[in-house]
Amino acid sequence: MIRDHFRVLVVNLSSGKGQIVRLDGRNTEVGGSGLAALIYNTYGLADRPWNHPEQPVIFAIGPLTGYFPLMSKTVCSFKSPYHDQYTESHAGGRSALSLCFSNLDALVIVGKSEQLCSLTVSSRSLDIQDVSFMRGMGVDETGKLLRGMSPGSGHRSIMRIGPAGENGAAMANINVDTYRHFGRLGGGAALGAKNCKGIIIHGDAIFSQPNNKEYSKLFAEVYQQVTATDMMKKYHNLGTPANLQGLNDIESLPWRNLQATSDPAIEKINGERFATDNLLRNSACSGCPVGCIHVGYVREMFDANHRYSFKQVAYDYEMIFSLGTMLGVTSTRSILNILDEMEKAGLDAMSGGVALAWATEATEKGLLSAKETEVTLSFGDDKAYQQATELLGSGSKDFYRLLGQGSLKAAAEYGGSDFACVLGQEMAGYATGEVFFAAQSLGFRHSHLDSGGYSYDQKHSDQNTTGVVDFLIQDEAGRAFMTSMVSCLFARGVYKNELLANCLSSVGYPELAATIEETGVHIQKLRWQTRIATGFTPEAITIPKRFLKIKTWKGPIDPVYLNTLKSEYGKAIMNLAGV
Amino acid sequence: MKKLTTPRIDRCIGCHSCSLACARLVHKQISWDTAGIRIKSSGGLTTGFKASHCLACDPAPCATACPTGAFSYRKGGGVIVKKKLCINCGDCVSACPIDAVFQDHGGAVYVCIHCGRCVDFCPHNCLELEEIETEGSGNEEVA
Repeated sequence: MIRDHFRVLVVNLSSGKGQIVRLDGRNTEVGGSGLAALIYNTYGLADRPWNHPEQPVIFAIGPLTGYFPLMSKTVCSFKSPYHDQYTESHAGGRSALSLCFSNLDALVIVGKSEQLCSLTVSSRSLDIQDVSFMRGMGVDETGKLLRGMSPGSGHRSIMRIGPAGENGAAMANINVDTYRHFGRLGGGAALGAKNCKGIIIHGDAIFSQPNNKEYSKLFAEVYQQVTATDMMKKYHNLGTPANLQGLNDIESLPWRNLQATSDPAIEKINGERFATDNLLRNSACSGCPVGCIHVGYVREMFDANHRYSFKQVAYDYEMIFSLGTMLGVTSTRSILNILDEMEKAGLDAMSGGVALAWATEATEKGLLSAKETEVTLSFGDDKAYQQATELLGSGSKDFYRLLGQGSLKAAAEYGGSDFACVLGQEMAGYATGEVFFAAQSLGFRHSHLDSGGYSYDQKHSDQNTTGVVDFLIQDEAGRAFMTSMVSCLFARGVYKNELLANCLSSVGYPELAATIEETGVHIQKLRWQTRIATGFTPEAITIPKRFLKIKTWKGPIDPVYLNTLKSEYGKAIMNLAGV
Repeated sequence: MKKLTTPRIDRCIGCHSCSLACARLVHKQISWDTAGIRIKSSGGLTTGFKASHCLACDPAPCATACPTGAFSYRKGGGVIVKKKLCINCGDCVSACPIDAVFQDHGGAVYVCIHCGRCVDFCPHNCLELEEIETEGSGNEEVA
């Protein structure tokens, strides 16, 4: 698997054939984010719509995948149905190691199958099956059937889409191994447009271990750091839900469509409460001993004679925000029930929850009624949100089909764009202040993980436009290298550049090890150039008025500072891309 | 005599660190297949995990099936492996009732030798290297 080039499998679903392609660029595009951008520039159609049959859906891993702990994620890139521009989404599960052990640096899917199909690949096989019988099937049932139909139990990744992906919803996800997702910006619809219901990657290849003592020594050191120190504790103890209480305490947690940033009811749904009442067990991505996946359970009495069914749902901070605080739902059980519906539908729970929050306020303001929404939406009504989620996934009603394209698309039709909580896409759960709002609005993935804007807000109360923009640009470059490796970003405290350089050298990439910083900058530039070629302009993104009217620990939002930040950050992005 | 056991496998999170460690440290490979212990979901990820590894049968049916002496009985159960004697026939694989022997695409076979090098790589302490009684065992260790 250690090689000076990329080995890529390109599968054409129109012809049913695959081709192994060799691409150069290991020392410049690295893998993951960089490789995905390289591949999009090779196979993508920048000026054609996202659902053009020849648009590629790309899955890429990095040079250390399988060789070091927490190098356990995959980058999926595609032209997004949300904004019709190039984007990335990241997920773990077994996807990264399965790709690695399929002897591939990337899997690329082009073309469109005539029938709904599933694709199975391994290091020695390629198979496309007609799965028309899965049309409209939920993610859970699809997963169960694909498990029975494919080889490699334990050593395979099963990705699949739900009804939302088949219906072209711009917030449809790709479910990865039940508990992980390529969640944001509509990867599910990108696969659905290819009539591809599922991808099974069976990792059955074997590689020789790097033949030097340094590798074994380094592995032991890294493993010790990620398991025996407190550095990663926050991820496997309460997990990311630990942040709920803290952000609520500093008036930075969005409640009821961002009409408030703090509420005493947080005590009912904070990280401690989930861990005490609903945490069933932890799980891990393959190759990561941290085990940050928190699987919650809910049992439901479906018959008065004490007959129960039970659900297991993986929860995180972001889903508790989007389906809990944002919807005014303050019961752990209710949040997990709505989340379970999001999972079945194959919807991104963050985008779906925030969109339903907008629809709820629009209902309160009389812009929407049950005529459009079918069920009357009101904050805190978990049963209504479960029904609305199913409608959003099935796309059977005009209103939900439009809402599935994004809150602002629905607001353009029904009004209410001022209170649509959209920062490039439906917001992440950080009402921390001007820096984050500017950072998510213009971030490459419109993700809170594009840069540390949400963290910067929590540490700085002064206004410093130049300092903030420099921080966002530099921080993004470092992260672009990490997501090219493709490391879990939870490990960014462990994998500092010096350690990364040692790891790369130990497996046979000394040239790359010596150029980490400049390579990160190069990949950052390449990604932005790729996105800009597909239509990105900073000016086209506006920040709805709701974000200007809130109060955080720093006081009321300063609209002038926010607009200045956004404007200068936009210029800096265009400048770094050379536009 | 030592024996690898999985007394707390219900704590397993499916990280595969044990398999990867065995492949790396024992077999000098990067793989989650070529390992004496391999992790699977026990019927889907919602049902937890199970470890596939040698249970140290005494006498070991895989050694009985081996036609060349590459697998021989280990005192106290399990097998002693002599790779140089292996002809890649795979008879040990089909003889094992619990799928504990893995055969790669080239025919080479891999089974747990109860060395315990995987144990330290389990973050949840699922694994243990137990001392086992060898007195009274009907099988002599083959040198």
